[in-house]
Amino acid sequence: MSRTPLDTVEHAAATPDVELPWAELGLKKDEYERVVEILGRRPTGAELAMYSVMWSEHCSYKSSKVHLRQFGEKAPENDALLVGIGENAGVVDVGQGYAVTFKVESHNHPSYVEPYQGAATGVGGIVRDIIAMGARPVAVVDPLRFGAADHPDTKRVLPGVVAGIGGYGNCLGLPNIGGEVVFDSCYQGNPLVNAGCIGVMRHEDIHLAKASGAGNKVILYGARTGGDGIGGASILASETFDDAKPSKRPAVQVGDPFQEKLLIECTLEAFREKLVVGIQDLGAAGLSCATSELASNGSGGMRVTLDDVPLRDSTLSPEEILMSESQERMCAVVEPGKVDRFLEICEKWDVIATVIGEVTDGDRLEIYWHGGKIVDVDPRTVAHEGPVYERPYARPSWQDALQADDANKLPRPQTSEELRDQVLKLVGSPNQASKSWITSQYDHFVQGNTVLAQPEDSGMIRIDEETGLGVALATDGNGRYAKLDPYAGAQLALAEAYRNVATTGAKPLAVSDCLNFGSPEDPAVMWQFAEAVRGLADACQQLGTPVTGGNVSLYNQTGEAAIHPTPVVAVLGVIDDVARRTPVAFQEEGQLLYLLGDTHEEFGGSAWSQVIHDHLGGLPPKVDLERERLLAEILIAASRDGMIDSAHDLSDGGLIQAVVESALLGGKGARLIVPDGLDAFTFLFSESAGRAVVAVPRSEEVRFNDMCGARGLPATRIGVVDGDSVDVQGEFTLSLSKLRELHEGTIPALLA
Amino acid sequence: MTARIGVVTFPGSLDDRDTQRAIRLAGAEPVALWHKDKDLKQVDAVVLCGGFSYGDYLRAGAIARFSPVMEPLIEQAKAGLPVLGICNGFQILTEAHLLPGTMLRNNHLHFICRDQKLRVENAETAWTSDYTAGQEIHIPLKNIDGQYVADQRTLDTLESEGRVAFRYLDVNPNGSNNDIAGVANEAGNVVGLMPHPEHAVEPLVGTGRTDGLPFFTSILKKLVNA
Repeated sequence: MSRTPLDTVEHAAATPDVELPWAELGLKKDEYERVVEILGRRPTGAELAMYSVMWSEHCSYKSSKVHLRQFGEKAPENDALLVGIGENAGVVDVGQGYAVTFKVESHNHPSYVEPYQGAATGVGGIVRDIIAMGARPVAVVDPLRFGAADHPDTKRVLPGVVAGIGGYGNCLGLPNIGGEVVFDSCYQGNPLVNAGCIGVMRHEDIHLAKASGAGNKVILYGARTGGDGIGGASILASETFDDAKPSKRPAVQVGDPFQEKLLIECTLEAFREKLVVGIQDLGAAGLSCATSELASNGSGGMRVTLDDVPLRDSTLSPEEILMSESQERMCAVVEPGKVDRFLEICEKWDVIATVIGEVTDGDRLEIYWHGGKIVDVDPRTVAHEGPVYERPYARPSWQDALQADDANKLPRPQTSEELRDQVLKLVGSPNQASKSWITSQYDHFVQGNTVLAQPEDSGMIRIDEETGLGVALATDGNGRYAKLDPYAGAQLALAEAYRNVATTGAKPLAVSDCLNFGSPEDPAVMWQFAEAVRGLADACQQLGTPVTGGNVSLYNQTGEAAIHPTPVVAVLGVIDDVARRTPVAFQEEGQLLYLLGDTHEEFGGSAWSQVIHDHLGGLPPKVDLERERLLAEILIAASRDGMIDSAHDLSDGGLIQAVVESALLGGKGARLIVPDGLDAFTFLFSESAGRAVVAVPRSEEVRFNDMCGARGLPATRIGVVDGDSVDVQGEFTLSLSKLRELHEGTIPALLA
Repeated sequence: MTARIGVVTFPGSLDDRDTQRAIRLAGAEPVALWHKDKDLKQVDAVVLCGGFSYGDYLRAGAIARFSPVMEPLIEQAKAGLPVLGICNGFQILTEAHLLPGTMLRNNHLHFICRDQKLRVENAETAWTSDYTAGQEIHIPLKNIDGQYVADQRTLDTLESEGRVAFRYLDVNPNGSNNDIAGVANEAGNVVGLMPHPEHAVEPLVGTGRTDGLPFFTSILKKLVNA
């Protein structure tokens, strides 16, 4: 763009016919025209830069907004919710004066282009969102999805992503306590790298992203601003990948976890001394986002001198400074009398901090460069009043045929030997196999409060050493179910995460989501999205767990091929005393195994149909949210009252997968008896929802049965913890050593 | 009177609060020390904790070794002040030449986090006297630069003088020479190891074991009885 003379507001008004590169910056023609209409003139180059990144799909949610409103409209009454949707992250009251903030975000596109840095900066971004709420981050989780495990490109993407998550997260001192790793060829060109973080604070420490009080100073602190990640949000995350276009690697940011660690400590120290009025992290859209959001959420305007921004590269233009997504930067609003102390704390931590502007009386965001005014906008038009699209959506023509292709009709094993072979195939399949090769590259122990970490059903962190108060977090999603029925698929993701939290003994409280879909410009994808959001909002309402925030990632699509619709749902729970938690591993021989819930012939979208038949069709398991709630209540009560010593939720792979995992983790086998009314195949492989397997000490059996009976939850005794093999009576016996070899050998053989 | 044990925080230290907790649980008083201060606040012993001091840029521990706090620490360690280096702290101690050898990247090139079985080889140092020689313990290991290496003469000296304090059992997780997990100086007051005893002090968290607590009770008994 023309740089001589400087493209000031005055210059823009005087030169209405100058052509600006709005299309290259990702704006559509009508969007550009709207900018001109809002300003009453053509935008300056700097203004155009700001609007283009802030109105991108990634930042503005322009395609998803009309649907996401349901999370607010259908939000259940919940006293625990302290801060809801719209802030950097939601905040939930967990009792004893503590508040917990948590959120899941995507960093899908950057992680495909540059796996290590893409994944690393994904962790960095979500952690800054949590700090910006006033909380100390206490744990991270990483739900990941890759292409087929044996595809050569998976071997490029996965190790880089895992090393990036580890390299960044380990260096911040945040235990990695959960997540998922799923393989499916639909993610081949579009891996999903979602990252979640939990933070803890006292109620009075909650901070919000707003700039109030005329005269207050705006301080930019953290890393210097460089040329990395320019347009990351608009160009990378808001477009479909296309082979014909040049490499997008320059749009990926580069992370420095050491700088982020200093930023955490320095920010928390400033919070402790109550020096901060408002705060915002610099993530997608960098300074454009931070200044416009702080100003539009506050009571006044803001004036910024861009010349004062510390630069890594002195040749950057003002437009580039505004768009840069250089990592490890934050923006704080501080009263003038507290600025010196704030800067002192930054200096103590060797963090560069600079006053770049101040809050003004007016309602304009004004940005100056070399003495000229290059931005003069109403910040709300940049941050909150972007375009909103009612994208057309339509149930895809192929949906009926997909659902009619019933997985229940697939050929089933005819003999005990076939059944046994299929169990072995499933246990050793990449999706069902142990992910310890991956998770052992993450630090689980740092901070010394990790009560449970993967492969447990949910991660659990102690937050008070005296009382034992703790929080649990589980993330789940099943793109195969959602492809068959996006409404039910989203509900099943919620149900599974909810169940996983309850299985460990914690009470589910609130939800965050990461909605990963294809291109919103495809009506079929838009229908999947609309259905998934409607399903999730309805289910959250019924279970009483509000959505506190989250993230939408669209354009996960290469050419015409979209990923399976993949809503990933995180459920946060609370447990009064972590000493009562229930682990997955079998604890003692002789304990009785009970199957809780009902088992039906449900194989649509199942692991069995994928591994044995490479099939996806039919309907996903039925959703019964009242049953999920009852099951959760029973699991929590049984854990609290010491009636069960281990518990595992039943999900993909069915009962046999759960029993094998509990056996391998505990180093103790099981003898199983197929209950009356079920055939062995359905018993072992069905993926009916609302179920769990628990181990009950013999001394507690009567009490446990009475509780289930009184509450109307089906509880069927299916066997006993025993020996060093998994034995299904009348069918087959598999030694733990054989199972372990398969379960633990698969992933290293493919990826190490 | 209990003992006052200092824990140094460098920029990038991660386990400083955890180490302070372990010291407290053992019954001693933790004292926070800051890398920019040339002052050990008259503590009775010091722990250099785990983390990525200065991002481990250049080489693990190489920058931290030149921090102001290291001046009095090196001087007093040579005069007998008990010092324990855990993980990054061990790396700093080797960089400061208080302990021999150095750490390379793990031979498999990955970060590894696991519950590691160790054998206590020397139960006579300031930090290991609450163990018995030959005792087998489990302590979490978590690092990417954990491969202990030294020249043959140094290894021979360490072995012949009984200064290998801990050895990896069952699995050598990183390719360390002679399966060495930790070493002591000649006087036995300075000990360094890669595994994290401060993460094995409570039954409820971490791996659920308390095999690391004797590190902190060893030093407390030594200091209180002195």
